[in-house]
Amino acid sequence: MTTLPKRLYFFYRDGFRSMVLGKTLWKIIAIKLFIMFAVLKLFFFPNHLASNFNTEQERAGHVLENITRPAPDR
Amino acid sequence: MEDQLLTTVDWARAQFALTAMYHWIFVPLTLGLSFLIAFFESIYVKTGNEEWKKLTKFWMTLFGINFAIGVATGIILEFQFGTNWSNYSWMVGDIFGAPLAIEGIFAFFIEATFFAVMFFGWHRVSKGFHLFSTWMVAVGSNLSAVWILVANGWMQFPIGMNFNPDTARFEMQNFWEVALSPVAVHKFTHTTSSSFLLASLFVVGISALFLLQERHQKMAKRSMVVAAVFGFIASIFVAFTGDEAAFSVAQRQPMKLAAMEGLYVGQEKAPIIAMGIINSSKKPGDDLPAFYQEVKIPGLLSLLANRDPNSFVPGINDLVFGNAERNIVGAEQRMVTGKIALAELARYKYAKDKGDDTESAAALSIFDQHKGDLGYGYLNNPAEAAPPVATTFYSFHIMVVLGTLFPVIFLLVLYFAYKGTLEYQRWLNLACFFSIFLGYVASQAGWVVAEVGRQPWAIQGLLPVGVATTNIAASNVQTTFFMFLTLFTALLIAEIRIMMKQIKIGPEA
Repeated sequence: MTTLPKRLYFFYRDGFRSMVLGKTLWKIIAIKLFIMFAVLKLFFFPNHLASNFNTEQERAGHVLENITRPAPDR
Repeated sequence: MEDQLLTTVDWARAQFALTAMYHWIFVPLTLGLSFLIAFFESIYVKTGNEEWKKLTKFWMTLFGINFAIGVATGIILEFQFGTNWSNYSWMVGDIFGAPLAIEGIFAFFIEATFFAVMFFGWHRVSKGFHLFSTWMVAVGSNLSAVWILVANGWMQFPIGMNFNPDTARFEMQNFWEVALSPVAVHKFTHTTSSSFLLASLFVVGISALFLLQERHQKMAKRSMVVAAVFGFIASIFVAFTGDEAAFSVAQRQPMKLAAMEGLYVGQEKAPIIAMGIINSSKKPGDDLPAFYQEVKIPGLLSLLANRDPNSFVPGINDLVFGNAERNIVGAEQRMVTGKIALAELARYKYAKDKGDDTESAAALSIFDQHKGDLGYGYLNNPAEAAPPVATTFYSFHIMVVLGTLFPVIFLLVLYFAYKGTLEYQRWLNLACFFSIFLGYVASQAGWVVAEVGRQPWAIQGLLPVGVATTNIAASNVQTTFFMFLTLFTALLIAEIRIMMKQIKIGPEA
């Protein structure tokens, strides 16, 4: 049983080490995820309701107000 | 204020469309190619022929490139929900939040385990387990598309839920009604089968390029035969599921069907427009002709919509202004009901805030009677209930024409492969190569029909897109729109360049 985690570790380690094209692809994935989560999500995509209201009740009230506001103000 | 928000809505729409369309460049190839690789490897395991293994590994490399470039591009859509579409995401959170999260976790574990075996395990696990892993990747990838399509299906046909005016949320009442909604089932079957078709075109097209270049001809012909068989079967399935989906649209979203065919005045024995040039100046209720030129096939739309070539199919005018003779309640009348629902919802909120239980109970009772038309209460003009007709019409017809062309290409490939002259059919190989791009055009056009055709609704009949958005500055959305445009274009260029390089190297890599 103790050898299973070891075998899994070596399986992934050797797999990553033997990659050729895969290394380029992982770099692209890493850059993409960095841009998405560390730049876009953090600075440009705040969760409007989560960041502006503290409770579920407040969020519900805000949405309800939005959807019941008369048309010209919407 | 209204102009400002209108601009925000437009930019939010454009941003969502841009992201979804770029995302959909990567996804269908993943869904379809995963199965083709599983077929190739199954043949290798059955025959023990190392050339099939080499072939499998080549297509697996292209699959890996597409997967790596496309992975997580869909998460950006979820960012947009919270920022640009906060009203919508709040209102549907109870229905989709948990299933989409489960889907994400499920997809992660499938990918972390079976993807690793597929790419790292050639010499480390048995042939049987490797093949099993490849099949699991194919099945898992396709299953990970289920919930997002169920969510989309629900937006087009909202069932199995109730609107809670206290939480301002649509709350799930019946899980199975949502999960097995006919719209969701058609969406899943049509989307996945069209992805199989697209991936088959990809394999046939790249293989045809090898034949044109007189390289790796044996591998190319083997790949083409398997892909053409799969593609042909997928084409038949696409046609069948497309017909079922259109029938479903006729029953549940008749306005979308009318726009798909540019049908303004409902009629019996309604024709399908085989070809036509839409009159873009035409508006609901006016006397202008719907088409400058058209070629009709009588009765076919009635057959498609109701399984009866003599039946009545409502047109845009019937659905906007109503048709008493046919018992069709139009958007004009539904706006009256919707505005009552909206006013009572506002009265309910006000009474609840004041602690007036009698008043709130009375308001809720009237709201419940009219809530089915809630979304119509937001419209200012009944004609707003009609989607952009020209975009819907042309997208639908492009999709259908291309969908009819593809099985012919697959049959020709199989015929010349059988004759043993596939490598000499230069014209066919050129057509196969260019069909890769046509496959993408058809696939994107299908989504344009589905999404533009359901406008103005974010949730059919209940929530227009304009009310679903967050009240934020348009400039915020504009900025991120161009950021996405740059990011996705860079990713697409990277994908094409890396793929072209691998194709140039061929299966020797």
